[in-house]
Amino acid sequence: MASAAQRRIKSISYAKYGYIFILPFFLVYFFFQLWPLINTFILSFQDNKDAHFIGLDNYKTILFAIGNRTAKNVSKSFFMSFRNTVILWVGNFIPQLILSLSLAVWFTESNTKIPAKGFFKIVMYLPNIITAASVAVLFLQLCGEAENGPGALNLILNKMGIVSQDAASEKYDTVKFITGMWQSRGVVMFIQTWMWFGNTMIMLMSGIQGINPSLFEAASIDGATGMQTFWKITLPLLSPILAYTLVTSMIGGLQMFDIPYLYHKDPNKVSDNLKTVAVYIYEYFHDQVDPKMGYAGAASVILFFITLILGCIAFYLTRDKDEIAKKKQRKKQAKLNKAQAKQIGGFSI
Amino acid sequence: MSKMKQTYGEPKDNYTAKLRTKSIILTVWFIILTIICLLPIYILVINATRNTHEIANSISFLPGTNLGKNIQTLFKDNNYKTVFNVLIGYKNSLLITAISTCLTVFFSAMTAYGIHVYDFKLKEISYTVILLVMMVPMQVTSAGFVAFMLKLHLTDTYWPLIIPAVAAPAVVYFMRSYMKSSFPLDIVEAARIDGCSEFRTFISIAIPMMKPAIAVQAIFAFIASWNNFYTPNMILISSNFGQKTLPMMISAIQASDKFIDYGAIYLAIALSILPIVIIYIALSRFIIAGVALGGVKE
Repeated sequence: MASAAQRRIKSISYAKYGYIFILPFFLVYFFFQLWPLINTFILSFQDNKDAHFIGLDNYKTILFAIGNRTAKNVSKSFFMSFRNTVILWVGNFIPQLILSLSLAVWFTESNTKIPAKGFFKIVMYLPNIITAASVAVLFLQLCGEAENGPGALNLILNKMGIVSQDAASEKYDTVKFITGMWQSRGVVMFIQTWMWFGNTMIMLMSGIQGINPSLFEAASIDGATGMQTFWKITLPLLSPILAYTLVTSMIGGLQMFDIPYLYHKDPNKVSDNLKTVAVYIYEYFHDQVDPKMGYAGAASVILFFITLILGCIAFYLTRDKDEIAKKKQRKKQAKLNKAQAKQIGGFSI
Repeated sequence: MSKMKQTYGEPKDNYTAKLRTKSIILTVWFIILTIICLLPIYILVINATRNTHEIANSISFLPGTNLGKNIQTLFKDNNYKTVFNVLIGYKNSLLITAISTCLTVFFSAMTAYGIHVYDFKLKEISYTVILLVMMVPMQVTSAGFVAFMLKLHLTDTYWPLIIPAVAAPAVVYFMRSYMKSSFPLDIVEAARIDGCSEFRTFISIAIPMMKPAIAVQAIFAFIASWNNFYTPNMILISSNFGQKTLPMMISAIQASDKFIDYGAIYLAIALSILPIVIIYIALSRFIIAGVALGGVKE
């Protein structure tokens, strides 16, 4: 028989400390993230002006252009910004992935001799840590044209013989890197690739280093070429990480804001060719004169569901397989124990 | 034998020569990429030392002589002083960034510790919730966030920029994985037997043991907060210039049409990225290692 004191010791539970330790996180999370999210949902069901409940009208306006006379513009603008987001994301992700993947493979190859690998890695990651706002303004300066001369980029192109200069008037036949539709998109895609390829490269590199080196060794003994090793070993074993990179990059692409928002010369107006969904939402709720919280809310909710689907895919791809297997085993064991206990006579000792 | 030679060629020499050519080609390609990475920043630094006319009409890879004048324009000229003051920008950004970085690492370590060490009913659920909310981007909640802050009259204060740093799901996730691999629970048990209180165990045993993880996450939290343009831009909405952060001041340069001195603009951009570049050069080894450890994606 256990004494009273023993029983008391047995019943000491540290569970309450667990709650105390995670309390601040969840408190702040509730007030600064969860409640704003719920609030966004509420806003999306409210009128833009006097905040009374109007049901799904905002969604109808945005998705199907049903409603008042500005509905058509609101809807058109939303689909345009969505298309821009997709174009800008695809245009930066494909070159970024090709570049990062090839670099990651080359960096991890042990048989080639490349000096100063560490230095190259550090330089390639550098653009990622620079303030995006500064990068946007910097490229605006580099690509833009001055009042009395071409900008830096056009001058470089001129030196390379791509941009011609009229001999008589000394005027340059410049490329419109800011006002042109595909030119400006190209610059934004370039900036995004420039900023992110180093990051993706390092993540993929750590993925490749996680592959069992004896596989590469076996392949090289069997006389596989570099290409064969890449297609038959590296790529299949890297695919979970690649998929994860793809999905996180998609979610990041949906949030693209700083660079498209700042890359324009015309004060106070973001170029229609670069307006992303994040910029679209921001412009509606940030409008000082006539904020349209309802539209901003509804667009945010649409963005939220797209992100949620993508997030679930990422979650599924990166789940801890060992952990799940262990859990299954534990459950099985528990069931077995229970069954045994029952056999003895319905009570455990 | 001759057939073997036909298929595989000269065995050793061929292989070595091939590898050498490949190494040379790759090195050249890496040098080209390095130039692409550094060229915009190099032109930025060079143009910060040249005058407007030179910048507009020629490109140079050697510094000019106009740095002193550009500094004077940026700091003395009224048009510039009222839009971009780099010292006020540094001060504001540093204040917000330093406090929120401390909050992020401390409370994330605490949350991860709570989940890792204790057994309680909601343990698994709370961890799953943290993993799920990791993916919700700021842009989605921002409309509701701003509306809520307007209601509380917290816009134009630093509170909405600092307090949310307490709840950083990605950092909690990272710290939990770190603890799983290198924080044995026996230590907590030993501390309990020695009569150490639970909170004290966390402060004087767990935190020192988690220093490597905390350092890496502090660096990333610092960079993310320093570079953040979206949140301050929607919270600090008044025209009060003394309150703005550095990225906001840079965006003000872009929006203003009073700025016509390109040398001064380049200098302003250069000054805005200077602190973060210095930090990067000093800590690049840890940063690269940190990225490799766990996908830290903005």
